Amino acid sequence: MISAATITAWLHHAATLLDEHKAYLTDLDAAIGDADHGVNIARGFNTVAQKIAAQPSQSLGLLFKTAGMTLMSAVGGASGMLYGNFFLKAAAVAGDRSTLDDADLLAVLEAGRDGIVQRGRAELGDKTMIDAWTPALATLREALAAEQPLTTALTRCAATAQQAMAATIPLQARKGRASYLGERSVGHQDPGATSTYLLLRSLSETVSNAALSTQDQPT
Amino acid sequence: MKKLINETDAVIREQMEGMALAYPDQLRISTEPKFIVRTDAPVPAKVALVSGGGSGHEPLHGGFVGMGMLDGACPGEIFTSPTPDQMYACSLAVHSGAGVLLVVKNYTGDLLSFETAAELLHGDGIPVRTVLVDDDVAVKDSLYTAGRRGVGATLLVEKIAGAAAEAGYPLHAVAELAQKVALHSRSMGMALTSCITPAAGKPTFDLGPDEIEIGIGIHGEPGQRRIPIIDADKVTTLLACEILDDPPYTRIVRSFDPETGGWVEQRLTSAPFQPGDRVIALVNSMGGTPVSELYTVYRQLAAICQQRSIHIARTLVGAYITSLDMQGCSITLTRIDDEMLRLWDAPVKTPALRWGV
Repeated sequence: MISAATITAWLHHAATLLDEHKAYLTDLDAAIGDADHGVNIARGFNTVAQKIAAQPSQSLGLLFKTAGMTLMSAVGGASGMLYGNFFLKAAAVAGDRSTLDDADLLAVLEAGRDGIVQRGRAELGDKTMIDAWTPALATLREALAAEQPLTTALTRCAATAQQAMAATIPLQARKGRASYLGERSVGHQDPGATSTYLLLRSLSETVSNAALSTQDQPT
Repeated sequence: MKKLINETDAVIREQMEGMALAYPDQLRISTEPKFIVRTDAPVPAKVALVSGGGSGHEPLHGGFVGMGMLDGACPGEIFTSPTPDQMYACSLAVHSGAGVLLVVKNYTGDLLSFETAAELLHGDGIPVRTVLVDDDVAVKDSLYTAGRRGVGATLLVEKIAGAAAEAGYPLHAVAELAQKVALHSRSMGMALTSCITPAAGKPTFDLGPDEIEIGIGIHGEPGQRRIPIIDADKVTTLLACEILDDPPYTRIVRSFDPETGGWVEQRLTSAPFQPGDRVIALVNSMGGTPVSELYTVYRQLAAICQQRSIHIARTLVGAYITSLDMQGCSITLTRIDDEMLRLWDAPVKTPALRWGV
C-alpha cells in the first residue's frame, strides 16, 4: 500500500532530485530548445514541495491537485502545462483515497500519462516526454501483472524510463520548439524525457525507502 | 551586457508598473497574477479580446491594449508563455457577458496554456473561443513540426478583430474574422545580431560579424539558414519572395467550441498570394534596428509588390513585434477585402497603435 505520506515524500524527493539536475536539464534544453527546462521545472517542483509542506493532506486527490495547479501556475511554458495536467488527471483518479494499492497506483500513473498525451498530442517517437512515460508504464504494468513486488516493479519502471530517455537521442523532434530544428535535433537527448525519468526514479526510490523503513519497524 | 534594468527577477513587474504609470487613463495592471487591461473594461455588450505570450516582444501584447484592439494581455516571463491562471483572471476582469476571444500565437507552451484557460472559463459558463496565429513561412512543414510560429500577423489579427468587437460583432463572427486574418497573413524575418535576455546576459546565439540569420523566430532561436551578409535590397527581396512564392499551406487548427465545450479540429489552408491581391504591409523591427533602415526595406518591398501586381493598400513601419534588442526585421503581408480594410482603418487608441481618435 502507498500512503499519503509516501506520495508526499515522493513529491519532496522529486523536487530535490530535479533541483540537483537543474543545470543538466537546462543544458539539454539549450541544445534543442530555449534553455529553461531545468530552471523552470526545479522552480515548479520546489513550489509544490513548499505548498504541500504548508498544507499537508491525507487526501491523495488533494495532494495531486495541489501539485498540478502549482506546476501550471509556477512553471510557464509547455512542460508546466504537461506535468500539471499529469497531476490533475492523477487527482481525478485518486479521488478522496488516502492509500493506493498497486493497481490504483498504476491507474493513477496511466491516467496522468493519458492527460499528457491528450494535452500535448504527442505520439511515440516524436522526441518528447511521452517517449519515456509510455514504455516505462508498460514495464510497470507488465511487472505488476507478473505479480512482482511493487518495489521491484517500480525499479524496473525507472530503469526502462532511463533507457527510453537515452533512446530519444537519435530521434528527430516533431513536437515542441525542438521540432523547428528538423534534422539538427538528432543527436540530442530530450529534456522532457529526462525530467520524466527523474520523476519516476524519485518515485521508485521513495517507495523503496518507505518499504525499508516499514520492515525496520518493530512488530 | 548593458541594459536599463534593475534586478533581473523584477524586470517584467517593473516594466508593467511603468506602463500603468505612463498611461493611467488607458491601462490598469494586476501583478499577482500578471495581466494588463484597459481601464474601461469590461466594456458592456462587447466581445472581449484577450491575448498574451512571453515577454520580450514589446509593444506586443500590452502595448495593444485599449479601445479598438485588446481588452486584456497576459505577459509571461521573457520568452516563456504566460500561465492559465493569468489568462483566466484576465478574462474574468474583461468579460462583459458577450464572450471572450483568446488570441493565441502558435507556440507549444502558449497553446497548451490557452487551451487550459479556455476550459476553465467554459467551466464558469463564459462563452469562449480561440484563434490561432501561425504566419511564419520560415517553417515549411506542419506535419513534422509544431507548425508555423505566430509572428507579425498577431498585430493584424488583434487590430482587425478588435475593431470588429468594438463594432458590435458577436463572438462567433469576431472569431471567424480573426481566423480569416490569420489565414491570409504570411511573415518572414531575419536577424543581423542575436538578442540578449536579461537572465542569460549573453547573446542567445553566436552570429559572426559578416553573417546574417534568415528565417528567425522572435525568441532568439536559430533560424532557417545562415548566410554571408548582403545589402538591404537583397535581404528584402529574399524575405518578400519567401512570402510571395509560398505555396498553399495546410494545417490542422484546433479551436474551442463553446456550444459543445470541446475542441474542434479543422483542416485550414492559406491560399498563396496572387497578382491583383490587395494587402496590408508591415515592416517590423526586431527591436535593435532603427526605423530609418526599415524605410530602406519598405522601399524595395514596395517595388517588388508593384512588379508582382500586389497592391499595398496600407502600410505600417516600426517596431511592433520585437525580440528584445535583436537587430533585424520582419515583413508581414496580409491579403485584405473591403471589410478587413474598413476595420483596419477604424479608430484605435492603445499605447503602441493610435489613429482616428
